[in-house]
Amino acid sequence: MAQKTDSNVYTVVFAAVMVVVVGSILAFLASALRPNIKENERFEKQQNILYAMGVNENGDDAGSVNFIPTDVVEDEFASYIKEQLVIQGDKITEDNEAYLIDLKKELAKIKKGEPYKLPVFIGEKDGKKFYIIPMYGKGLWDAIWGFIALDDTMTVQGVYFDHKGETPGLGANIKMRYFMDDFTGETILNGTQYAGIAVAKGNNDPLNKTKDDNEVDALAGATITGNGVSAMIKETVKLYKPYLETIRAK
Amino acid sequence: MALLSKKDANLITDPLADNNPITIQVLGICSALAITAELKASLVMAISVMFVLGAGNVVISLMRNIIPSKIRIIVQLIVVATLVIIVDQVLKAYAYELSKTLAVFVGLIITNCIIMGRFEAFALANGPWRSFLDGIGNSLGYGVILIIVGFFRELLGSGTLFGYPVLGDPITKTGLYATGYENNGFMIIPPAALIVVGIIIWVQRSRNPALVEEN
Repeated sequence: MAQKTDSNVYTVVFAAVMVVVVGSILAFLASALRPNIKENERFEKQQNILYAMGVNENGDDAGSVNFIPTDVVEDEFASYIKEQLVIQGDKITEDNEAYLIDLKKELAKIKKGEPYKLPVFIGEKDGKKFYIIPMYGKGLWDAIWGFIALDDTMTVQGVYFDHKGETPGLGANIKMRYFMDDFTGETILNGTQYAGIAVAKGNNDPLNKTKDDNEVDALAGATITGNGVSAMIKETVKLYKPYLETIRAK
Repeated sequence: MALLSKKDANLITDPLADNNPITIQVLGICSALAITAELKASLVMAISVMFVLGAGNVVISLMRNIIPSKIRIIVQLIVVATLVIIVDQVLKAYAYELSKTLAVFVGLIITNCIIMGRFEAFALANGPWRSFLDGIGNSLGYGVILIIVGFFRELLGSGTLFGYPVLGDPITKTGLYATGYENNGFMIIPPAALIVVGIIIWVQRSRNPALVEEN
């Protein structure tokens, strides 16, 4: 036996067979599960957008993040989100599937100098209008993304952050309520400049009482993820500035 | 343990103490440092590793007579990666929330040296049942250390356990914090895990001098 498994021919044949077997198992699995996975991702996006505008099932205690349940999210999304817009250069069009636009791909198009689309979602709750903007950026290990809900004075009404692979207990805490809730009430304006909101260490305001300093308190041990969040907000605000100007003028 | 012969039972109990994968075999240190800032993450990682190591050991053991020795490491790697991807895809389709919690661990499991270490050291030379027990035993031994480290790091670093505040609120100064106690920020960064693991090794070896290596 040992003789046989040592030969080069056997080794090559074994490797080839293994690749084919493993490849087909994974390909079969991926295509069989794809519809389910896509559906889950779609619901998640709707939940995230609603979460940012404050439509969620969070309790009063500053505990865990609770989304609208997946079985009703589709109806809730349809009732709260009044308009979905796509900004393409100077053109703004309505598109009911704007929430499915992959911001990562659009940002890549900007880098290549190709025409790109930017989605905006306009939600309405208790007679108040929310402008919800998607964000995408880099954390320490991998991608971070989220949504920011603004009113027409450019005050943040809520945010949602998520990440692909930040360190649990450190950078991953950007999706904890005690971090996200700090953004609510902050303004992205500094005078008339679109400054964004920075995640700042040592701003001597851990309770986040100052709402007009364009800063929230950073997470300990997560400097780079925090910087990533600051950069992501800044870039997004820069990108959407022309659109935001039109809302503010109204 | 009438279910298992004494020899088989040892496969489970040895890694829990005198042949612990982290403190004695020094395998899986990297993930022990990376993800033990919280108790919950430690627990999830321990369970994930248990599944992959148990299943992987069985697969490798069944294939042990047909794997060409020249490419055995690559074959082992493919088995781990395949298992991990299958688990990840199934979770994404049927337990989406859970899969999001696990996301970061998937990559870490593939690179976890305990897995390759046990394939190489045990599954290649033993039958499937014994390999399965070895996998479970080692992942339990690994998990115990992870949970001990996670417990101390989360308690001393953040004042919480499984995310629940147990020492009071550090911002409004209630509970223990009212007496002037502060969270130790050092505990939540990875070097703290090294120190906690070091202390565990120290305690373990002073209780059982047979474990101390001669230089």
